[in-house]
Amino acid sequence: MDKILEIDNLVTAYQGKEGFVKAVDGVSFDLNRGDTICIVGESGSGKSVTAMSIMRLVEFENGKIREGTIKFNGEDLAKKSNEEMRKIRGSRISMIFQEPLTALNPVFTVGKQITEAILFHYPIGKKEAWRRAEEMIRLVGLSDPKARLKQYPHELSGGMRQRVMIAIALASEPELLIADEPTTALDVTIEAQILELLRSLRRERNMSIMLITHDIGVAAEMADRIIIMYAGKIMEISDTQDLFDQPLHPYSKGLLDSVPRMDGERGVPLNSIEGSIPRLNEVPDGCRFSPRCPFATEKCHEEMPPLEFRGTRQVACWHVDQLLENDSLSNDRKGGEFIESGIKEPSY
Amino acid sequence: MLRFLVNRLGQSIILLLIVTIITFFLINLAPGGPSSTMRMDATAEERQAMVENLGLDQPVLVRYVDWITNAVQGDLGVSFNTSEPVTQRILERLPYTIELTVFTIIISVLLGIFLGVLSAIKRGKAQDHVINFFSVIGLSVPAFWLGLMLILLFSINLGWLPSSGVGSRGGEFSLWGYVSHLILPVLILTTTVLPNIVRFTRSSMLEVISQNYIRTARAKGAKESIVLYVHALRNALIPIITIIGMLIPRLLSGAVITEAIFGWTGIGTLIIEAARGRDYPLVMGVTVVITVVVVVCNLLVDILYSRVDPRVKNV
Repeated sequence: MDKILEIDNLVTAYQGKEGFVKAVDGVSFDLNRGDTICIVGESGSGKSVTAMSIMRLVEFENGKIREGTIKFNGEDLAKKSNEEMRKIRGSRISMIFQEPLTALNPVFTVGKQITEAILFHYPIGKKEAWRRAEEMIRLVGLSDPKARLKQYPHELSGGMRQRVMIAIALASEPELLIADEPTTALDVTIEAQILELLRSLRRERNMSIMLITHDIGVAAEMADRIIIMYAGKIMEISDTQDLFDQPLHPYSKGLLDSVPRMDGERGVPLNSIEGSIPRLNEVPDGCRFSPRCPFATEKCHEEMPPLEFRGTRQVACWHVDQLLENDSLSNDRKGGEFIESGIKEPSY
Repeated sequence: MLRFLVNRLGQSIILLLIVTIITFFLINLAPGGPSSTMRMDATAEERQAMVENLGLDQPVLVRYVDWITNAVQGDLGVSFNTSEPVTQRILERLPYTIELTVFTIIISVLLGIFLGVLSAIKRGKAQDHVINFFSVIGLSVPAFWLGLMLILLFSINLGWLPSSGVGSRGGEFSLWGYVSHLILPVLILTTTVLPNIVRFTRSSMLEVISQNYIRTARAKGAKESIVLYVHALRNALIPIITIIGMLIPRLLSGAVITEAIFGWTGIGTLIIEAARGRDYPLVMGVTVVITVVVVVCNLLVDILYSRVDPRVKNV
């Protein structure tokens, strides 16, 4: 199948007080054209840094891609010059961010911010750009485009601002859209609308989407394939249905178990994963999840398991077989109705 | 807009009233009086006659009420020392001070924002350290000392620039004559405000650069120059405008010292003359004019503020 994105052994590090800390440590995955892939993980798992690395925006925030290749349509983005990369950003790859309230520049009108994104990349006149901006406003489902274009961000609600962000991101018709927690700051009804908008846009434009979320419920609705990340490493890559039918990694299982279910028993406390994600400068030896893993053995604490194929899926765990055996004895998991996720994401 | 202006006008009138009351009572509290500027051999009767002549035998409160009654009708009285109307004396001198401060403001704002942005972009690098070093020196070296040192260097030792005066006004105009007299005073006055603008621009810029919308601008594929000078600077300017408004009073008080050093016949030297000569009406007149200038400048700053920041809706 045609791959739009192939990431191989990506290592991104930030300059800390005591040298470099790796926020993303040897991440590899592919994205097929027209597919939606979701990266799921807690805060600090490296999912946003992965996205920022693809955009090569980490460099503006004290970060650096230390190793690996990021092939976009076969070209390695990690090797591009700043100027070459600038031309790709916002035209062939666009990104929308988590914070719709602060991601728009408060002193410019919505119209200026959308047209600008077009004018950076296309040699067209201002008038034509405004006409297209109007079209984009309509496309993302905002009423009265002419009036919207003249408004400032503070005059719009959070949901409207996120739609404007999407309009900016789509204005120059990107092949790949990276959405970093696009609905986290919004309430549930608006979240559903935004996700529906992304789905319909993807269908209409045959766009590939990389969606980053801590909400496995959102991933279930959106993704063809899900990547589970933890502390800078990939724990599992599976097709969405497979993952929900049978998670392979104990961490994936923990995430799924901590989601409240419609058909679950009432009055029973929700499962949660004990402990919290390690800080980047104190990652444990061996498997990064081992300190929190109920199945961890001596080997887990000493040696990091490699990400290995199991059919179409990939998993990094020493005890996959044993886990599968346990599960087949006791588990009755079926893909249930997922409502609001239970993964705890600390305050924003 | 109209409502805002009316509101501000009301506030300004109250402010002006308070300033005049404080100044009036302060100068009357100061020891001596106009009679102490008379010749040494003046008799007690002569001194008493002068006091009565000027109406200074009246209680302070009565004199203030008299003064303010005339002042609101536009009559700031007559100078004790020269017997000329106070308004006329001020109007003769005001243009010189305006000239000095306007040049200083233009240079300080342009240079200050430029250096501040440069310092922020090159944070932690050589340029930043050099700019910081000179900012601290500018902030800590007193203007009167620096003024004297520059006179020593450029006027006395090198002989390049005149040490005092406002140039040959009224006579034949010569551009060099005009500019050469301005250079040192403007330079000194600039050192009193420029470092503030530089340092403030730097910190404002650094704060803005870490905002999410800057990342958005980069994600759109904006050139770095557009990210910095359009997206970041426009936002960084908002607090800088406030700081410039707050620097205007400092500029005017700096003008007093600068004008005294360079014999610049502006409002600054006038107020020194007035205070020395216990010329009460003149002191009051200059105070009123300076207060009005500060109030008007602050009003302009507020209007400008609302033009730069669309979130400010009071205008």
